[in-house]
Amino acid sequence: MLRYTVRRLLQLVFVVLALSLLLFAWLRSLPGGPVSALLGERITPESRARLTAELGLDQPIFVQYFKFLGRAASGDFGVSTGVQPGDSAAAIFVQRFPATLELSVLAIVIAIAVGIPLGYLAARRRGGLLDNLSVVGSLIGVAVPVFFLAFVLKQVFAVELGWFPTTGRQEGGLDATRVTGFFVLDGLITREFDAAWDAVKHLILPAIALSSIPFSVIVRITRASVLDVLDEDFVRTAESKGLTTQVITRRHVLRNSMLPVVTTIGLQTGALLAGAVLTEKVFAFPGIGQALAIGFERRDYPVLLLLILSAAGVFVLVNLAVDLSYAVIDPRIRTGSGGGR
Amino acid sequence: MALLEVRDLSVVFRSRGHQRTGEQPVAAVDGVSFDVAPGQTVGLVGESGCGKSVTAMSIMGLLPKRGNQVTGSARFDGTELLSLSDRQMRDRRGRDLGMVFQDPLSSLNPVVPIGLQVTEVLERHQGTPRKQAAMEAAELLDKVGIPDPRRRLSEYPHQLSGGMRQRALIAIALACRPRLLIADEPTTALDVTIQAQILALLAELVRDTGTALIMITHDLGVVAGLCDEVNVLYAGRVVERAKRHDLFAAPRHPYTHGLLSSIPRLDSPRGERLVPIKGSVADNIPWQNGCAFAPRCPNAIDTCVEVTPEMAVDPLVSRRLLRCHNPVTATQREALT
Repeated sequence: MLRYTVRRLLQLVFVVLALSLLLFAWLRSLPGGPVSALLGERITPESRARLTAELGLDQPIFVQYFKFLGRAASGDFGVSTGVQPGDSAAAIFVQRFPATLELSVLAIVIAIAVGIPLGYLAARRRGGLLDNLSVVGSLIGVAVPVFFLAFVLKQVFAVELGWFPTTGRQEGGLDATRVTGFFVLDGLITREFDAAWDAVKHLILPAIALSSIPFSVIVRITRASVLDVLDEDFVRTAESKGLTTQVITRRHVLRNSMLPVVTTIGLQTGALLAGAVLTEKVFAFPGIGQALAIGFERRDYPVLLLLILSAAGVFVLVNLAVDLSYAVIDPRIRTGSGGGR
Repeated sequence: MALLEVRDLSVVFRSRGHQRTGEQPVAAVDGVSFDVAPGQTVGLVGESGCGKSVTAMSIMGLLPKRGNQVTGSARFDGTELLSLSDRQMRDRRGRDLGMVFQDPLSSLNPVVPIGLQVTEVLERHQGTPRKQAAMEAAELLDKVGIPDPRRRLSEYPHQLSGGMRQRALIAIALACRPRLLIADEPTTALDVTIQAQILALLAELVRDTGTALIMITHDLGVVAGLCDEVNVLYAGRVVERAKRHDLFAAPRHPYTHGLLSSIPRLDSPRGERLVPIKGSVADNIPWQNGCAFAPRCPNAIDTCVEVTPEMAVDPLVSRRLLRCHNPVTATQREALT
């Protein structure tokens, strides 16, 4: 198991390296560039050339790439030219990454905590009202664009009803103490509970919008998987033992239905990062999604590169965790336990 | 005094919207009656689809409520099982009524250790504490002939051989010392050598504990080795009931006779052909319009397709019940064997 984990972590290094090369080439092939974004279209060729040289963009691309790698090895990912000009890309990452992580974690927690029970109940009451509602509802959940849902939620619950704040991560006036950069956690650590609660309120609407797609997919996969398992012989055996419905559900049905669900959760983290760009934009939520949106508009190469690479890293890590969890869920996958006959 | 009295048990499958489509409900079990006494082994024998498993499932209360209409009576020690609530039935299953299934691999939960699959029954019905339940589970596994039972407790089904798995399933079914055990084709998925071991084990357990056993099988070899009394089922009805010895010595129903003629015998002359029953269960006609076996029956006469035969005491052998207008005679048997 340990060897497997180490091997997968080594793979992660190669994935990130390969992706960095692709991204590097791809970002520089975008029309325009940081120079035009910074100085506008009508500038003298002299100042354009000067800034280009200053940013190191006059050199051949592979030279740029290896210089980037060399600096990146020592933690220097360059300086932002568009998102927060003058700040280092690493500083922007440290500042914004916790925001998106908070948002994504809450979104996936909502998706799992509501999606799995709903999918289970739908399967148990197959053909009933709840089942039909869940099937139709999850179809709508997948089909409605995230930015549209985000906009509707914001308009109804923040603008019209005023239950939630419209934008940002926290009210500026609270003057909350920063410890980890995770605002909810910071509030709890420093016992500034008003600050923590305010941060939670800022998270709720964007998290619901962001959870819509993973939630719908989890409901569908759970439902399908539970339906499969309910037909299994061992569920009949469990029934023949007179076990309570509760034990049959927990020990015999749900555990066996979890493999496909866990796989889905891993894959949905990718969708989560994509959805974060749209959601954060609507709620002016200062996370990496918003930074990516601004970064693309202003061709901020260093920030884009670092944020996309880190998002990819998270995706790979989450899926590694998913693969490792298989062995916990299903003993047949465990290696070295003398399986087979 | 019988432990289980099944009277006129019928199970009708209704597909969804059958009234709209005008589709006829299918009677999988059609008025089955039989008794099982403590310590007795009763066989339910027939081809796939004859209703033997459905009979067992309805006695156990394991048929899905939706789409199945169960009528008739199944009295267990004086209690009508069919009118018990789901909850009352849950209290009985695993405690008074145990069941062993056909495919031991798929019948055990792949992600739960064998030990827990045994102890959970003890915990449920006897409130045995975990630790003590684990000890009892080890004893049970030992009793059904699983070597090194303590180590097996923490193992998973895939780590056991097919025979071991079936032994584990039997241990589970017998954990709370049920008074009635239903074994639904318990040897079908096993190697022949293992089959004999499992049957011997069942016979031994039944003898030692006085458990009543209903043996469901299509395999007459199993019947010959284990059952005191045999019910031969065809198309949802019992067509012949006899003591084991009587049945094998002189099958009277043409279907029973066909079943016996289609298995090889060691004492028959070499080179003799086996006689299969022609057609398949799918060829049967409903019991309403004569005998369901008539289209496949070598003995069929005109009455068979006009009048539905009733279950009656065999005019030749009084200990036997028969549902046939034209039973197989001794001369016929001579001619065929």
